[in-house]
Amino acid sequence: MFMKSVLRITVSAAVLALGGGMASAGNVEVLHWWTSGGEAAALNVLKDDLASKGVEWQDMPVAGGGGEAAMTALRARVTAGNAPTAVQMLGFDIRDWAAEGALANLDDVATSEGWDAVVPDALKAFSKYDGHWVAAPVNVHSTNWVWINKKALDAAGGKAPTNWDELIAVLDAMKANGITPLAHGGQAWQDATIFDAVVLSMGNDFYKASMIDLDENALGGDTMVEVFNRMAKLRSYVDDNFSGRDWNLASAMVINGEAGMQMMGDWAKGEFLRADQVPGKDFVCIRFPGTQGSVTFNSDQFAMFKVNDPEAQKAQKLMASAVMSPVFQSAFNVVKGSVPARTDVPNDAFDDCGKKGMADLAEANANGSLFGSMAHGHAVPASIKNAMYDVVTAHFNGEYDAKEAAAELVAAVADAK
Amino acid sequence: MSGATQDNALKGSGATRIIIYTVLILFMIFYLLPLYVMLTNSLKPLEEIRGGDMLALPKNWTIEPWRAAWSYAQIGVQPTGLKPYFINSIFMVVPAVLISTSLGALNGYVLTKWSFRGSDLVFGLLLLACFIPFQIVLIPMARILGILGLAGTTSGLVLVHTIYGLGFTTLFFRNYYAAFPTELVRAAQIDGAGFFQIFWRILAPSSAPIAVVTIIWQFTNVWNDFLFGVSFADFDSIPMTVALNNLVNSSTGVKEYNVHFAGAILAALPTLIVYIVSGRYFVRGLMAGAVKG
Amino acid sequence: MIDRFQNWLPRMVLAPSFFLVLIFVYGFILYTGYLSMTDSKMLPSYNWVGFANYEKLFRLRHWNTAITNLAIFGILYIGISSAIGLLLAILLDQKIRAEGFIRPIYLYPMALSFIVTGTAWKWFLDPGIGLENTMHQWGWASFHFNWIKDRNYAIYTVVIAAVWQSSGFVMAMFLAGLRGVDNEIIKAAQIDGATGFRIYRKIIIPMMRPVFLSAFVVLAHLAIKAYDLVVALTGGGPGRATELPATFMYSYTFTRNQMGVGASSAIIMLIMIFSIIVPYVYSELRAGGKR
Repeated sequence: MFMKSVLRITVSAAVLALGGGMASAGNVEVLHWWTSGGEAAALNVLKDDLASKGVEWQDMPVAGGGGEAAMTALRARVTAGNAPTAVQMLGFDIRDWAAEGALANLDDVATSEGWDAVVPDALKAFSKYDGHWVAAPVNVHSTNWVWINKKALDAAGGKAPTNWDELIAVLDAMKANGITPLAHGGQAWQDATIFDAVVLSMGNDFYKASMIDLDENALGGDTMVEVFNRMAKLRSYVDDNFSGRDWNLASAMVINGEAGMQMMGDWAKGEFLRADQVPGKDFVCIRFPGTQGSVTFNSDQFAMFKVNDPEAQKAQKLMASAVMSPVFQSAFNVVKGSVPARTDVPNDAFDDCGKKGMADLAEANANGSLFGSMAHGHAVPASIKNAMYDVVTAHFNGEYDAKEAAAELVAAVADAK
Repeated sequence: MSGATQDNALKGSGATRIIIYTVLILFMIFYLLPLYVMLTNSLKPLEEIRGGDMLALPKNWTIEPWRAAWSYAQIGVQPTGLKPYFINSIFMVVPAVLISTSLGALNGYVLTKWSFRGSDLVFGLLLLACFIPFQIVLIPMARILGILGLAGTTSGLVLVHTIYGLGFTTLFFRNYYAAFPTELVRAAQIDGAGFFQIFWRILAPSSAPIAVVTIIWQFTNVWNDFLFGVSFADFDSIPMTVALNNLVNSSTGVKEYNVHFAGAILAALPTLIVYIVSGRYFVRGLMAGAVKG
Repeated sequence: MIDRFQNWLPRMVLAPSFFLVLIFVYGFILYTGYLSMTDSKMLPSYNWVGFANYEKLFRLRHWNTAITNLAIFGILYIGISSAIGLLLAILLDQKIRAEGFIRPIYLYPMALSFIVTGTAWKWFLDPGIGLENTMHQWGWASFHFNWIKDRNYAIYTVVIAAVWQSSGFVMAMFLAGLRGVDNEIIKAAQIDGATGFRIYRKIIIPMMRPVFLSAFVVLAHLAIKAYDLVVALTGGGPGRATELPATFMYSYTFTRNQMGVGASSAIIMLIMIFSIIVPYVYSELRAGGKR
């Protein structure tokens, strides 16, 4: 009796599983980590668009750690020979998978729709591998933003800082006014986000030499020591409870006036808007002082995995085309806080900060001052990025002084190469 | 086995009793605190949570977060709540628990009543297998599931959970059956009863306490597993824990803590109920064998 | 003929489990051992590099932090959980009227994973919104509890949460052990004039050696596998101050794309586990042989 029921349940489970595994024609299974309300709603635009073209969307969301959990799942899926059709991916992950020969070739869609002309070169470095399109970029987040509480800024002199000294003056004034000057969450990637901005404020060439080309002289030189000194200075404006705090709680501190400013990528805007804050009136968005005209970015892209079934290939290309359509790019990015990956999307639907973001991106792209963000996996591969995290975080938490940190940075990068 | 007499109680004065009760109550508070935090905050509107004081009772009571978590919170692209994932977990947990428990019972039976040269070694290997860190099996397991055609299926997950549960289920049953009088088995053998007959007629009827312990243990482990679920499930077999993680851990979105707490309690409800309902049998089952060194 | 079949039947029943474990546990361990000697990055590769990954592993500061943390965490966690478990079991064994009500409250944390309770714990330990803040609001202004923010103390908050989760389970094991003690022995001791805690110290607790052993094995295996706890509570921080071998292994294998180093840390971990568990299994088997 007992064994029989065991058997029955097993068989029925097996039947169910098999039933689900038989793919009907024209499906895309999408692995992504956009699971919060706004993001998912934005993605739903894409899903509906595909549905109208007869492509069924099979949703495989895996949240956590900015995609870390999803990347682990992906590795298991590919190893099992069961790769999803499309996967949300960041920077170097795309290159790594392309190097494994796991990604599909999107050249025919890209050519017929003229992607080459509208996508910035800095993004193409990731969307194309070996000259072939392998991924469709969805958005560009820029990470060198500062979000300032307007009231706190007015109380501290009212002028948005444009260089390091002015920044320190404003932070000091905020401190004197009795608020926490800098809202920050002590997580490795958040520490690194500020680090990115400080490095960039030392000049475009220095950012490129140290964060992208990994030049040892730049990584361990005097300028880098100065970067770490500035990080320590910024650390002194952060409250004592910062460690482990989620970034959105730090944003909340700025929103309710407990803190003066936060240095965070443009996704923070969503938090402000949700709290009914108006850009320009309740809060101000500026580039990190000293980085005006330059942009560090990360870009979410849908990497397309090789599929054999011709129907699935067709669906995959339809999806790539839908991702790159200006309508979706606008609709999605308005909600997400980022800016479109193609530079020819009209900016009507965007708010002030969004319009500024689009203009900055276009300008940086034209001037060659658009760089991948180290903190967000667009400057160096994961192993080196994490090695840098280790040093930046350790220094920010007072384990090294600036000189030691610069020396450690050289060693850690060499070890991770 | 039910000889749970308490004659070894201390004979103390009233003051001793008061101290005992005070300590017991303090620990109750300690154990209940996280649950209290989750429950009260799941019944508050989000603004009230932002206002601080996580230990305060809600000023405006609301069950909206619970409804959201169950039926319309955003898990992926669609606002489905946790509801659809519940059944995925059930389809995974029930077979995995039943199969691994049955195999564990048979293994324990063989290891204690039909031991042969080398059976101790087999037991040693099974026991050591309990301690393998699951992170190292992901990649090779994925490969094998792919070869077997079980990648991304509930059956694949059942297989994985069964394999890595075998060590503990065998350990529990072996320790239990070791205390079972072997004479009864020998007598039945002389009467001509076969291997399975003896198991069904003599051992199985008195296995209830240890079966409860084993089932609770397995049920909790399989239900709570995240790593295997996230690696080996497909879009149509995503278990509850993975869905909960999607609800709670979105990286760049707004965090609705009240919904997160409600969802967390919902996801934990089956294991909570199993523990509370069968708690008494649990101690009895442990008594009956599982803790014997 | 039938007799021979009956002779082989037990082995045939055991065989599937044996082969499953042989392949899926020991086979995979061998495979991991092999990977640890290769230059595997994102996916397994088969380029032999010998012990280079191990050399690298022991050069890494975080690995040393992880090992030190495991020692601190393991000793405190196993010690405190056993102590609290034993204490509660003894107290609950004093004819407590509401035992049926209290016991599940002690036991329930074991039913929850840290994906479920992680946020609540994080809040509770956070000085800004948790216990410290609450105490301040209640008027105890000098109260300080900011361990989770301090890299020298954060590992102890991980211990607190871990003890919370499993001490009730240990309590149940000890309670079962206490209830299994032969009453005659206690009565004899009482006739000899022994009273109260003396009986526990001299007679009952020494009799529960097997329970201590079982509790030790369960706790040791939880300590070594501790992963989601750290991720939920501190994410390994402040800095990397609460890194444990399990989190180290996961991050090197899966997020840092250094699978070779990750595999070598797994092998070191397994060596540690086996060196603790094998003696236990051995004594277990010898005890079994006597029966």
